[in-house]
Amino acid sequence: MDIYIIVALDVINGTASLFLLCLGLAIIFGMMKIINLAHGEFIMLGAYATVISANAGVNIWIAMLVVAPLFVGLVGLVVERCLIRFLYGRLVDSMLATWGLSLLIIGIVTTIFGNTIQGVPTPLGGFSIGAYRSSYYTLFLLAMAIIMMALVYAVMRYTRFGLIARATMQNPAMANTLGVNPARVYMTTFAAGAAITGLAGGLLAPVSGVTPVMGGAYVAKAFITVVGGGAAILSGTLSAATLFGAINQIGAYLTTPVYGEVIVFTSAIILIRLLPQGISGRFFKGNL
Amino acid sequence: MHLSRRRFLHRSALASATLLTAPMILRHSALGADNPILIGSLHDQSGPIAASGVPMVHALQLAADEINAAGGLIGRPVKIVHYDTQSNIQMYSQYAQQLALKDKVAVVHGGITSASREAVRPTFDRFKVLYFYNVLYEGGVCDRNTFCTGTTPAQTVEKLVPAAMKKAGKKVYIIAADYNYGQITAKWMTKYVKDNGGEVASIDFFPLDVTNFGPTISKIQAAKPDLILSALVGGNHTAFYRQWTSAGMKGQIPIASTTFGLVNEPTTLDAAESENILGAYGYFEELDTPASKSFVEKIKKAHPDTPYISELAAATYEGAQLWAEGVRKAGSIDRAKVVDALESGLSFAGPTGTATLDHATHHTTRNAFLAEVKDRKWSVLESFPDVKPLDTASVCDLVKNPADNKQYVISF
Repeated sequence: MDIYIIVALDVINGTASLFLLCLGLAIIFGMMKIINLAHGEFIMLGAYATVISANAGVNIWIAMLVVAPLFVGLVGLVVERCLIRFLYGRLVDSMLATWGLSLLIIGIVTTIFGNTIQGVPTPLGGFSIGAYRSSYYTLFLLAMAIIMMALVYAVMRYTRFGLIARATMQNPAMANTLGVNPARVYMTTFAAGAAITGLAGGLLAPVSGVTPVMGGAYVAKAFITVVGGGAAILSGTLSAATLFGAINQIGAYLTTPVYGEVIVFTSAIILIRLLPQGISGRFFKGNL
Repeated sequence: MHLSRRRFLHRSALASATLLTAPMILRHSALGADNPILIGSLHDQSGPIAASGVPMVHALQLAADEINAAGGLIGRPVKIVHYDTQSNIQMYSQYAQQLALKDKVAVVHGGITSASREAVRPTFDRFKVLYFYNVLYEGGVCDRNTFCTGTTPAQTVEKLVPAAMKKAGKKVYIIAADYNYGQITAKWMTKYVKDNGGEVASIDFFPLDVTNFGPTISKIQAAKPDLILSALVGGNHTAFYRQWTSAGMKGQIPIASTTFGLVNEPTTLDAAESENILGAYGYFEELDTPASKSFVEKIKKAHPDTPYISELAAATYEGAQLWAEGVRKAGSIDRAKVVDALESGLSFAGPTGTATLDHATHHTTRNAFLAEVKDRKWSVLESFPDVKPLDTASVCDLVKNPADNKQYVISF
């Protein structure tokens, strides 16, 4: 019996991490139609910001929850101003440019910090369920995923900025004639997406090995989740993250991690074949 | 001045003839006595494997500097032609051809992962360029053109498994990276566990980009082993030790590893995460011998930011020195003569102790060490002098079959 609780915690862990990893991408890709291939590197920058500041003596919670999103948000702002703003509406060009950007970021971080594995210890401890043990950090990740979900929902649904952002994404020309400056909305949204991605990187830093190339391990899964989720940012990402997170964890538990990955990617292909618009395109039409 | 058509043609022919012969004269002088002997270097200086590759290049550079300071080889200085292979197998193939055909090096030292070695080995065989692979690996390469100076499972895993089982118990759970190194090492681990009267509860393989070990940790808990043997590789896999500790499993089931601490895991992980992990290699930076200390000091002096100096760097240094001994003995850089000289049982006393080349396997008989992580450093528990590469020796005999050229894989 205890083992089922432990596996359930694994599923929660997988889902919550996947959701956090994808939320920033969902905002940038889902709303702005920018394929940000530097997404993995934004995660990596968040992890580095956390590790470097924590090792410099900053409290680990502040390093994860404040330093990482602020830093990556700032990077996102600069990137949007210098690169992305010239590429709106040019899907392929944005892919190429952000791919180049990802190589550039990896190069810069490697030059500064070297190729060694960095890291901070995982805060919080473990707890027992019968003969099994799990970590409180799993529950913390779940809490963070719920908080981020609520936060994004509240901002998009109830604030003036959220309204303007959604309007701009739907019809920039119309929003412009109504006195909205689309360039500014895009800039803010991109920076916000980057900040959320940085936060995910910060939250993952204590449970992963932090290297300049760590982003590569996340970017493919983030994209299949966001594409599988479809246009609606929250409901799409949440449903796809739950689906793929559960499939991955249960698959890995029942077979091996190799098949776990294979099962996820296969089910993604089937899902996109059956639901070309993603889960939210079919089931949560018009939702956030 | 009037140029007739005939004269013009004549002159242009002369001019182009001069232009054509000029490179030959230049190349001829390039073969002159004062020109350096070129050593090819293929090591990853960027990408996921770079933390292993950086100290190896530093060690190779140190060996070259020392050879030059001692007056060079057969009256000529040596020079390294280095290519950064960027942790990319394609780059290995491309640069291997470049080293063989364009740079025409006398020897190549390089390759880190077993995959990269198998990618370049045929190239060097085909173009007849002597090749040194200076990395601990899964054993079994039997090729007269290749010398493997790192340790193999019979030298390290064979010592590690009984020591760990003695401490922990008989039921073992194996986790390994999912490529040829991990797959074959897991077979050796299985063999040694059975040889020592133990049983293997399960073997799990992980692709190099797996970062989430939650399901595995649950599975391990369900299997209740006495001991975990790990051949996990790279930055993403370091996450296992973190997640293991954060689940509160550290201290519950001991871990022994054939890969942990080859880079800088003990210094980047927290003391609580790495404490008491067992490892066995041909070299540890913490080794308390004068030769080892001066080796570490020399590298750190030239490159203060060098990551942890492990067997990879030590064997690279010794591999380069062994090659130099071969050239001295042969009195030539001719490949066949150098191979003959190297096969005469040459040895070199380096940071790890004495490494001796074995004719039959082209591997080294060298010291092995068992160590345990204590307070983020390796503490050497035991040393095993002059351990032979018996695994490879049981399948490979280049004295009898000099034309043999393959990698044998253990089978049960």
